[in-house]
Amino acid sequence: MIKRVAITGMGIISSIGSSVEENFNSLITKKHGISCLEILETRHQKTFPSGEIKISNDELASQLNWPKDKVFTRSALLGGIAAKEAIQSAGISDISDAKTGFISATTIGGMDMTEKYYQSFWKNDLSHAYIEAQHAGYSTDKIAEFLGINGFVTTISTACSSAANAIILGARMIQAGKLDRAIVGGADCLSKFTLNGFNTLMILSDEHCRPFDKNRKGLNLGEAAAYLVLESDDLVKQKNKKPLAYLSGFGNANDAFHQTASSSTGKGAFLAMEKALETANFEPEQIDYINAHGTATPNNDLSESVAVKRLFGKIPIFSSTKAFTGHTLAAAASVEAVYSILALQNNLVFPNLNFGNKMEELNMVPQTELIEKELKTVLSNSFGFGGNCSSLIFSKSN
Amino acid sequence: MKKSYLNGMSCISAQPTAAEEDFFQIEPISYHTPVFKAHNADYKKYIKPVAMRRMSQSVKMGVSAAFMALEEAAIKKPDAILTGTGRGCRQDSEIFLETILENNEEFLTPIKFIQSTHNTVGGRIALELDCSAYNFTYVQDAVSFESALMDAHLCILNDPEMNQVLVGGIDELAKNSVELHKQDGYIKQETEVHNLDLLDHKTNGTLASEGAAFFVLSKEKNEKTYAELVDAEIYNQASQKEMEQHIDRFLKNNNLSLEEIDVVILGNNGDLEFDFYYENLQNGIFKHTEQLYYKHLMGDHHTVSSVGVWLAAKILKQQLIPNFLKLTTKKTKKPFKNTLLYNQNRGRNHSLVLLSAC
Repeated sequence: MIKRVAITGMGIISSIGSSVEENFNSLITKKHGISCLEILETRHQKTFPSGEIKISNDELASQLNWPKDKVFTRSALLGGIAAKEAIQSAGISDISDAKTGFISATTIGGMDMTEKYYQSFWKNDLSHAYIEAQHAGYSTDKIAEFLGINGFVTTISTACSSAANAIILGARMIQAGKLDRAIVGGADCLSKFTLNGFNTLMILSDEHCRPFDKNRKGLNLGEAAAYLVLESDDLVKQKNKKPLAYLSGFGNANDAFHQTASSSTGKGAFLAMEKALETANFEPEQIDYINAHGTATPNNDLSESVAVKRLFGKIPIFSSTKAFTGHTLAAAASVEAVYSILALQNNLVFPNLNFGNKMEELNMVPQTELIEKELKTVLSNSFGFGGNCSSLIFSKSN
Repeated sequence: MKKSYLNGMSCISAQPTAAEEDFFQIEPISYHTPVFKAHNADYKKYIKPVAMRRMSQSVKMGVSAAFMALEEAAIKKPDAILTGTGRGCRQDSEIFLETILENNEEFLTPIKFIQSTHNTVGGRIALELDCSAYNFTYVQDAVSFESALMDAHLCILNDPEMNQVLVGGIDELAKNSVELHKQDGYIKQETEVHNLDLLDHKTNGTLASEGAAFFVLSKEKNEKTYAELVDAEIYNQASQKEMEQHIDRFLKNNNLSLEEIDVVILGNNGDLEFDFYYENLQNGIFKHTEQLYYKHLMGDHHTVSSVGVWLAAKILKQQLIPNFLKLTTKKTKKPFKNTLLYNQNRGRNHSLVLLSAC
């Protein structure tokens, strides 16, 4: 069993809102953020509905007071907005008053700028500053600079489970006494690179995605950033804070089946959830709600369902919130961590939108309407390419 | 107190570090261009030819180096697989990106996209080993490997279930990325640079190369043990002065004084603009310490500091320092007990790693 870690702040920007409050309001009013692409310049603007944040880079930069000529990436901008809210909500006025680390997750890094400037790199000196911006750590560096964090700063990239792993590392660093506080989460913007990449895999839906539905056609991509503030017990006591929730358990395992597809037995998913329960010292019955990975690809939803069914005798109430935001890749786990905490705080289970019929293989029906339910614990899943599977368990603050 | 030991390791670099013959006993290869590739290892021994055809350099180097390190430590399945890569799978990313731009987002195939993700190597190793263990990939510029190493260290010291952890760094050259980094001055622009005289080239930029180094970190010491990994830390931003303070604090935390550091291994890469970070220490707090460097031999990349750790561990085990690593002509005093590594990239992402002889 591990020592649980306090979550004292959170921040988010997604296609359903630019703050925790806006996201919450969208979740409880079933207002999704899936639309035609307008900001991302691609030939697929009308083909693939996506969870695009309808705020331009210039607007985001001005919200952050970043000078227009500063070299930034959209992921860094989104990350800046979410991390700022997280720090404010944790009531931190001086980030250097405790040993603070920043652990961010991204898959795309600065590819949005690379694909925009790549052809002019060869002729235009002005765009050269963006050459360096492509690597994943660059966006993290920019957010860290903005937050004033100079010490432990790192980036995790394990595809769609990235932010879960950033949260896990932060918790482990605090448990080991290496950090007093960790700002953890992820940021990924939309790009032609990922949109076309997922398109070649034929797992993008040309309709609004339908997690766990029999006729699900694939996923909608999204963009987002979300961060949590994790703090040590000592710091929480010293500052007399009331945590929003606790991270009680976590597990990471590799499916070791295929570079992109999940195994039919959901081995990695099963092991990750099992490990999370074990570290939390919880029995499966103690999980009140599962915020599923539920991307709405035929492969993921079946594999995840098989794993859930195998681990939980009686399947807890579950839903995927991907139909609200789209699949926000490296940010997904931190976006859903925020939703899991909101669920705990408000005793609400958020609906799984667009579900019609259960899959033939399994008798599993997600929660499709908003319901009130006393929640003590929420398990949140995130699985990614490279077989990387992670599960987090959040529990109520009391 | 719990400790962590390096019980197996491997290194693929621009030098024959993966060859049978002891690297410390040979004449290093000299290069005359600012960009040079890895000296290829015996990839066939570890990867089937059919699979190899589709693999990028990162995957080939990473999978082979991982197998070599495990083989040396006589471990079949580690309890964690931790990789670091500063730039990820550049070759396949570059190809996929260029195809998107050239074909206006049409006629694309998935293979390059699948292999472009940063955790391709970590995932591939898990697949090859059929290993479901904890598996993270770090992508933080020049501290990607150190991030993985710190995680590995945490695993060994704090997780009672983890006894053997595989940790490594991988970075590859990619054609157009190299050209672009010549344009922005990160790579030396002159066409001729003799690597063995690197520090005499007082120009901006560095040498570019590629490689992979892997280590098996264990709870138990055995006859294969190279060294103890005592501690590692990273700092996103620091001035010269702050770096000195960090070193001071880092050593104090490990109950060591400056005088107890027998060997310091520095990341000098011949970049006129940023080598002052090292020179300041060479002429300052480490004035009386044996000073080594390695990027003149290995070239530079974002996880080349993993090669530094490989060299440090070898030095501690063999109690031998080849002349080609020496920055100064100081007379070496034996035995070497404590070795400190310091690296940074363009004034950012600084790291300290401390190894001790066993």
